Amino acid sequence: MTRSLLARFAASSALVAALAAPAGADVPEAISKEILPGYQAFAEASEALAEAARQDCSAEALRGPWNAAFDAWMGVAHLRLGPVEDQGRALAIAFWPDPKATGARKQREMIEAADPALLAPETIAQASVAARGLFGIGRLLDGEMDSDAPYVCDLRRALAEDMARMGAEIVTEWGPYSDLLLSAGAEGNTTFLSPEEARQALFTQLISGLEFNADQRLGRPLGSFDKPRPERAEALPAERARADVALSLAALKALAGALAQGVGEIPITEAALDRALAQADWPEDPAFAAVADPGGRLKVEILQQSIRLARDAALEELGGLLGVSAGFNAADGD
Amino acid sequence: MQRRAFLASLAAATALPRASWADAGSPAYLAAAADGAGAYFLCGISAAGERLFSLPMPGRGHAATAHPTRPEAVAFARRPGTFALVIDCATGTTSARLTPPDGRQFNGHGAYSADGAVLFTSEVVAEGSEGRVGVWDAARRYQRIGEFASGGIGPHEILRLPGSDSLVIANGGIQTDPSDRTPLNLDRMRPNLSYLSSEGALLEQVELPDLWQNSIRHLAISADGLVAFAMQWQGDLMEPVPLLGLHRRGEAPILCDPAPEEMFAMKSYAGSVAFAPGGQEVAITSPRGGRVQAFGRDGAPLWSVARADVCGLGPCAEGGFVATDGQGLVARLDQGALHPLERDSLSWDNHLVSLL
Repeated sequence: MTRSLLARFAASSALVAALAAPAGADVPEAISKEILPGYQAFAEASEALAEAARQDCSAEALRGPWNAAFDAWMGVAHLRLGPVEDQGRALAIAFWPDPKATGARKQREMIEAADPALLAPETIAQASVAARGLFGIGRLLDGEMDSDAPYVCDLRRALAEDMARMGAEIVTEWGPYSDLLLSAGAEGNTTFLSPEEARQALFTQLISGLEFNADQRLGRPLGSFDKPRPERAEALPAERARADVALSLAALKALAGALAQGVGEIPITEAALDRALAQADWPEDPAFAAVADPGGRLKVEILQQSIRLARDAALEELGGLLGVSAGFNAADGD
Repeated sequence: MQRRAFLASLAAATALPRASWADAGSPAYLAAAADGAGAYFLCGISAAGERLFSLPMPGRGHAATAHPTRPEAVAFARRPGTFALVIDCATGTTSARLTPPDGRQFNGHGAYSADGAVLFTSEVVAEGSEGRVGVWDAARRYQRIGEFASGGIGPHEILRLPGSDSLVIANGGIQTDPSDRTPLNLDRMRPNLSYLSSEGALLEQVELPDLWQNSIRHLAISADGLVAFAMQWQGDLMEPVPLLGLHRRGEAPILCDPAPEEMFAMKSYAGSVAFAPGGQEVAITSPRGGRVQAFGRDGAPLWSVARADVCGLGPCAEGGFVATDGQGLVARLDQGALHPLERDSLSWDNHLVSLL
């Protein structure tokens, strides 16, 4: 890990301590206990991947650190507000689903061109978001695009550096962004005009995170009964789609708990999430291949239904406690 | 202005021979709204973002259209609409209630002829969602005087072209269940943008064959006749598609692709569209993505603003746009910055109708 990154972690640890002071409240609790530690873990894991690639950019050397970075991302992937939304970072870190296989196409073009100039940090940072991040690196570790070509090795290293840079930037920028959430309603804060808006913003991350698991991580491989699509599972060659659902649900449960802190109990939501977590635990089916088989499919559908029930419970129970709801216009559509 | 003061000033104004929009407190915008208790209103909003009046509605509204001269507005019910109310904004009373004929439903939008003598309403035949334009006599207590085909399935917003009596209508292409809003034909929809004469002759029609699942729903027109059409993608949500198009009669449409990092920010959904004064900038809102994206006339992306549940959008006289959201905010948007104007206790519904 570089010294500047360590310094940034030290600085944000101080921030965590400061935030912990007005304890027992939803938004500060979620920021200090879940969001900042989550991004720090991702920054560290992506830096560890970049460091590994500096030493050895072979696929074999990077599979372990890549999986660790992916695990860490699952702790924060549901957060789609603040620094991660700037410069398209969320997409550049995790471009999935990619129904038109844009990422693979862009990477193939890069590898064919084999232009060393493209690997410079400032150049790769401008490359297509579809070709970068966890899925960009993952495609070069397993499957058809894995190769021993030196350029592919260099591309892995450049993409790992690029992702580590984004991870560190997100940690740094969450400092000022936390201030915006914590000073919601204060004079001059045009991002969050009231404390309710800050709560609403974090609550929305919880709800859309649950929906993403049900609709995308499970919904895409499920396809339809007549046409199951196991080939659409997330990060298929790495066979980690089911683990991603479990990691994501655990992080979402922690976020729900933090948001409820100091405002009340959410037993129905927590029980629903526990049920979904238990159903997600099925190591024999790591990549949802079971969707193509009627019995296995039913189990995946039940998991999807459980996640949707947890979403409904959170809307009712936690939304009620926080005094927020799904957006008036967002929920309508016309 | 408080409602009481507003009514008092109206009492003073009744001596005038003919009421004008000044008698309604000179609102700059109209918008439908809801309170937390399930009551619905049509509101007038000043240029500074203050609510000038709020008139009760029998159900959830969607959009409105203002009479070109009289302080009169027609507020449309949310689709599938069973009512539209003609509201005298100077007195705060309902002057007429429009009910679609048997087997027809309002679709939330309407437009007046240039002289204000005729009101055109966007409608569907309930069974099959075949589009119709209802014609109402605005000079004679809004009697229905006819109808003609809209040129497609499931029409939504309708506008009149500036300096003419021709109409432009967004035929969204979606057939819905007559009893609710369930879409029935997403796998074979065919949206289009249709230009019609005030007698119903089809003058021109634009389709986007490569984007046939992109429902064309909302419209804005610049003073020189450039039509902006906002779309809602019904295909795979992870497929990045443009949600805004620009079209001038007789020319090919320009599609406005967002900046790459903004590709998925709108969640495939544009709720409203407006031109800024002068017509050099056009923007779309997405309550689902909590985002406003602005583009130039050439279709190039200019800036974006994040704001949860934002949907209503109109021009701001001082430049840029005014946006409204479900949290009651009225804000000015200019060059990527959000400047709050007022925060209302009501939730602003889908559209902000400009009277500028």
